[in-house]
Amino acid sequence: MNEAVIRAEALTKRYGPALAVDRLDLSIERGEVFGLLGPNGSGKTTTILMLLGLTEPSSGRAMVEGFDPLRKPLEVKRRVGYMPDSVGFYENLSGAANLSYSAALAGLRDANARIAAALARVHLEAAAEKPVRAYSRGMKQRLAIAEILMKRASVAILDEPTGGLDPQSTREFLELIRSLQSDGMTILLSSHLLDLVQSVCDRVALFHRGRIGLTGRVEDLTRDVLGGSHVIHVEARGGGLATAIGRIEGVASVTPTANGFRVEAAQDVRAAIARAVVEAGGELMSIEAGHASLDDVYVRYFEGVRDAA
Amino acid sequence: MRREGSALAGAGVVMMKELGDNLTSTRMRLLELLIFITGAGAVYETLGQLRQTVGEDPFVFLRIFTTAKDPLPSFVAFLGFLIPIVAIALGFDSVNSEFNRRTMSRLLAQPIYRDALLFGKFLAGLATLAVTLTALWLFVIGLGILLLGLPPSGAEVLRGFAFLIAAIAYGGVWLALALLFSVVFRSAATAALAALAVWLLFAFFWTMLVSLLTPIIAPPDPYDALSVLHTAGIAQDLSRLSPNTLFAEATLALLNPTTRAFGLVLASQLEGAITAPLPFVQSVALIWPQVTGLIAACIGLFTIAYVAFQRQEVRA
Repeated sequence: MNEAVIRAEALTKRYGPALAVDRLDLSIERGEVFGLLGPNGSGKTTTILMLLGLTEPSSGRAMVEGFDPLRKPLEVKRRVGYMPDSVGFYENLSGAANLSYSAALAGLRDANARIAAALARVHLEAAAEKPVRAYSRGMKQRLAIAEILMKRASVAILDEPTGGLDPQSTREFLELIRSLQSDGMTILLSSHLLDLVQSVCDRVALFHRGRIGLTGRVEDLTRDVLGGSHVIHVEARGGGLATAIGRIEGVASVTPTANGFRVEAAQDVRAAIARAVVEAGGELMSIEAGHASLDDVYVRYFEGVRDAA
Repeated sequence: MRREGSALAGAGVVMMKELGDNLTSTRMRLLELLIFITGAGAVYETLGQLRQTVGEDPFVFLRIFTTAKDPLPSFVAFLGFLIPIVAIALGFDSVNSEFNRRTMSRLLAQPIYRDALLFGKFLAGLATLAVTLTALWLFVIGLGILLLGLPPSGAEVLRGFAFLIAAIAYGGVWLALALLFSVVFRSAATAALAALAVWLLFAFFWTMLVSLLTPIIAPPDPYDALSVLHTAGIAQDLSRLSPNTLFAEATLALLNPTTRAFGLVLASQLEGAITAPLPFVQSVALIWPQVTGLIAACIGLFTIAYVAFQRQEVRA
């Protein structure tokens, strides 16, 4: 059953003459991991704040779990867990004490049991009684997730959840997000690191200057925007190879890279490239099909938008 | 637009947390130490002097608060200085520190309204102030009983208690001011300096400003007695814009029962008056406007802080 947990209709936010978010339409279904992707300052955080009722939209409306965040912010905030960009805690208090303050504010009963379970889930039980001052960035981020778990929120909104994390912590964090999804939580996350989050998101929306340019599944977007093209990385040495590869049927472009070429083609022409390199007397070291990434989609799409404008 | 749910849900939780923070912070411990040492010093000196006149004064207990002995100022003069400092120390970083620690958006994502946060913080500050001042008050009275060897009379207790209320209201004004600056200025240092600047203005420069401004607003005509009176009235009105003046007048009337009026009193008005102490209720009636003024200033400043906070963007 497809039920919209988060819905935005023509949501607009103006700061003076500047449009931060421009007539945004959004619909997120239950159990989905939805990514708001775009560069810094493209309106992602403003959108999130409007969904939480922390900022008043200039026009348009939003519904979260069937409640209007403007009229019933408490109902919305009871059901939604929020992890802000570069989340902070009271440094002098322990992780558990920070959570018990939030629990008291939310008026939760059996807070201690919930806190213990949530901390165990994010592997912070050993650090529960340590002051947050001693926590690493990754631990603070996991503590924020524990806060969402403790609230038993049905929707989690994560703003730049992997910001400032090292690759190892990022991988662990993405694992955590997947496990939340398998619990049935609806997750809205924003990021400017397109490649990183494309692996966890069911659907994404690409933001550009306060507007959503594209929405859809990652594979669909790549196919639609990049026209189903194949990217092939060729590592080879020898003279005149670029011309030789460029003559192959279906090859759209050949760009030299550090130790070879990046070839874009309409179909998979790896075999033809291998033959061409050998025939031209070059040394072929490796040849592999690259994955089209969201970065490519983003750049290509908004180049098109800019050219059209 | 109507919002649903109580605006004050969670205010109690915020208040208890902030109260805990206030009472355990190093900053407050140092200030409390400072207050108690200066208070004890002033009172001890005073008591040495008072012991010689115990039998002659019906309000000897109140003299503990008001008597100055060189080089120390009186206990109330100390309080006039120290209460604003404590109140500013309690309030100057209460809101902006939430932003600087990046806890604000996480806090407001909990099912509470912003109102609860501000109310909780203000009430916690006021409670801390009240606890400190009450402790100090009891300490001074206890010291008085010990060293004078006699208990305070009922009237003295009443007057002392009213003085405590006035002192808390006075502290509330400075707390609300510090809270306002903590909302307006994102940097805690700026907020603290701004609050201290206002305190300096009222503590030291206000009397000079008043004597500077009065002749401009109402130049006295030396040949017209009424205009001289008018000028004096203006000077008094101006000086009463300062919370320090209001507190000083309230203290004076409460702790000096013979005080029957402030400012200029004409000889004709004193005709037939008996120089006797006023009953407690009459003293309270005399300073009612002052204390009301202090409370009104406190509420007014809090309201401005409240509106400013409601309009503030959550994102840092």
